Amino acid sequence: MSVFPNRQFPGKLIIVEGIDGSGKSTQLALLSHWLRSRGFGVVFSEWNSSPLVKETTKRAKKKDMFTPTTFSLLHATDFADRIERQILPPLRAGSIVCADRYAFTAFARDTARGVSRRWVRNLYRLAVKPTLAFYFRVPLDVALGRILGGREALKYYEAGMDLRLSRDVEESFRLFQGRIIDEYEAMIEEFDFQVIDATVSIEEQQTLIRGIVEKHMDLSRSSGLLKSPWRDFTDGNGIAPHVL
Amino acid sequence: MATESPLTFYDDALPGIDTSALCGKLVVIEGPDGVGRSTQIPLLKTWLEHSGHAVLDTGMARSALVGKTIKQVKMGNTLGPLTQTLFYATDIADRLENEIIPALRAGFIVLTDRYIYSSMARAIARGSDPAWIRGVFGFALRPHAIYYLRASVQDLLPRVVYARGGFDYWESGMDVRLGKDLFESFVRYQTKVMRALDGMVQRYGFEVIDASRSPDEVFRDLQKRIAKLLKVGRKARKRAARKAAPKPPPPEEEDAEASEEEDVLVAAQA
Repeated sequence: MSVFPNRQFPGKLIIVEGIDGSGKSTQLALLSHWLRSRGFGVVFSEWNSSPLVKETTKRAKKKDMFTPTTFSLLHATDFADRIERQILPPLRAGSIVCADRYAFTAFARDTARGVSRRWVRNLYRLAVKPTLAFYFRVPLDVALGRILGGREALKYYEAGMDLRLSRDVEESFRLFQGRIIDEYEAMIEEFDFQVIDATVSIEEQQTLIRGIVEKHMDLSRSSGLLKSPWRDFTDGNGIAPHVL
Repeated sequence: MATESPLTFYDDALPGIDTSALCGKLVVIEGPDGVGRSTQIPLLKTWLEHSGHAVLDTGMARSALVGKTIKQVKMGNTLGPLTQTLFYATDIADRLENEIIPALRAGFIVLTDRYIYSSMARAIARGSDPAWIRGVFGFALRPHAIYYLRASVQDLLPRVVYARGGFDYWESGMDVRLGKDLFESFVRYQTKVMRALDGMVQRYGFEVIDASRSPDEVFRDLQKRIAKLLKVGRKARKRAARKAAPKPPPPEEEDAEASEEEDVLVAAQA
């Protein structure tokens, strides 16, 4: 993983990747519950959530203002703000940080949109190398079924409609997300993804994930990781929303 | 070094953007805060329009996509250096794709008040890796000419204090706080920015303009150079290749700069 500069932190960074509807957010939430029950505070960082950037992204999506390059750059701006304020300082303090989507989302999506692979990888050199990166592998049909079961319609950019691959939203989704899957699959070795079969039951996936975390991270009392001060009193409830 | 059409990109081309038949001229005015860019650009625009050229003037934080957002986030106290750099990169990309390239296609002269170089210099002054930042801004078009208005920090002081009513937080690099007050931080920060710009003179082919002179003199200098550039475009494309390379900066630039910064601060203490 030579893309990210080699920096060491006392904290641990766990990230999840996969296409929309792969179930990665559900799994990350379950994992952070478990980590919290083990006494660790968990800082949570979500893709596209910077308070400085997200409204602009939302407006630009609504008004169809993005090109592949500005789409990539504004998402990187959002990511930079979260790295600078939300991810890096807690990692330096020894906290566990969980990120729902990471630089790999940009590598997959932006490349699928035609942005140069080399350029976008350089752009994200500001990122921190994750301790563990989980990739949720799911066939297109399963993902599509999950998305359409949960809400009314596919979103414009999620379906890659800006690329004019097809006038049919569902067809466009298949073509665009298919490209993204190809990009993810090609990154597995390069970035040491832990591949999770996202078609098996939620419980099975979570058991597998917890096992991998235990294997790769020292969760003992002497691990040096930052403990949550609320464990004995409130079990994490009533804490600021970004601290699950 | 001024390049001739067709325009090229520093690195990989902007994907999905048609850059064929760009017959206008991309002219960049660079230089530190308070050096007089915004005095010169309206003068140049008026002159060029009088001579029958269509002119688009554009500048930092004026994109439809993030222009307002940049102004907004600078009002707060949470904007980090990397985020700031990428906001400006987004701003320039949006203006290139939606303003500058369409204007060049229509045959306009595009006068831009700063381009990628100021953003790069600011990022370097704030500690970013120069190779990273060059890569980030690789999507930019190579301009036909880059005029670097250069003056000493001492020359900037009266303009900043009197014409603008004081030191701006960001122009003084207060987010990285290089001194104990606005003045001290301004001097150190602007010195770093200028050193970074000086370091780009040869790589990017800046034409260095002595901006310590009166606005009149600077204008006449710019006028002469732009007139020549436009003439080259019309008549003698082939001769342009033989055009003399721009003068490199004086060799002891860095040391002169460092002592200059200290001089300003020492003088202020006396």
